[in-house]
Amino acid sequence: MKSSTRQVDGVTIVDLSGRITLGEGSVVLRDSVRDLLSKGHKKILLNLGDVNYIDSSGIGELVSAFTTSKNQGGELKLLNLTKKVHDLLQITKLYTVFDVKDDEATAVKSFSK
Amino acid sequence: MSGNRVSYTLDSTLETVNSAEETAGRMAAEAGFDDEDVMKISMAVREAAVNAVMHGNAYSPGKKVTLAFERTARDLVITIRDQGTGLDASKIPDPLAPENLMKTSGRGIFLIRSFMDVVEIHPSQSGTELKMIKHVHGSAADSKEASQ
Repeated sequence: MKSSTRQVDGVTIVDLSGRITLGEGSVVLRDSVRDLLSKGHKKILLNLGDVNYIDSSGIGELVSAFTTSKNQGGELKLLNLTKKVHDLLQITKLYTVFDVKDDEATAVKSFSK
Repeated sequence: MSGNRVSYTLDSTLETVNSAEETAGRMAAEAGFDDEDVMKISMAVREAAVNAVMHGNAYSPGKKVTLAFERTARDLVITIRDQGTGLDASKIPDPLAPENLMKTSGRGIFLIRSFMDVVEIHPSQSGTELKMIKHVHGSAADSKEASQ
């Protein structure tokens, strides 16, 4: 899995691509979010538009990222879910737990100022 | 090809998880499942392999994972066996319960049950056997079989 970050109006957008699965993919996500939080970037938007596969370990990593951000006074939202990821979050009842957006500009504006 | 069975003996490694997933996807496609079912079957096998490698065999180099596929006229039957201490399915918490929703693990068996038509867990002192069945819907696979 690949990860890159960019800043838009005070929000850090993490563009993820590939698979979030047990092993490398989950570690990349975990390290990215922890690194951002440690540097004081507390408004995080995970762009999952190019994430084509996620397993239960990856789902757990998304939950962990969400909880860790929240516990450190941050906000973490999800952007551009593929159908597969959307369906997985639905059946695991996590879709309503996460703040899910499908438009980047709207998502950026939705973070608290 | 009714009744064909193929099995693999695999090490308790992450490579086995990826290999099991890929093999399952190929077997499912060959059995005539559509893309969505192929994804569900391969993901169920991935989750089962994770359980076998990580929880069952605890990555032990001396313990193996056995993965078997059997194609019958109506079903794809997949069996995965580890050499762990035996999984007590009754002790697996419901990942949809409010108190478990935000847990970072514990969704593997739930996903397997969501994606497959029949799931049987057979624990013993010498390991756990997980049997998963997906029914072949429609006639595409049967037609292909009949023409051979």
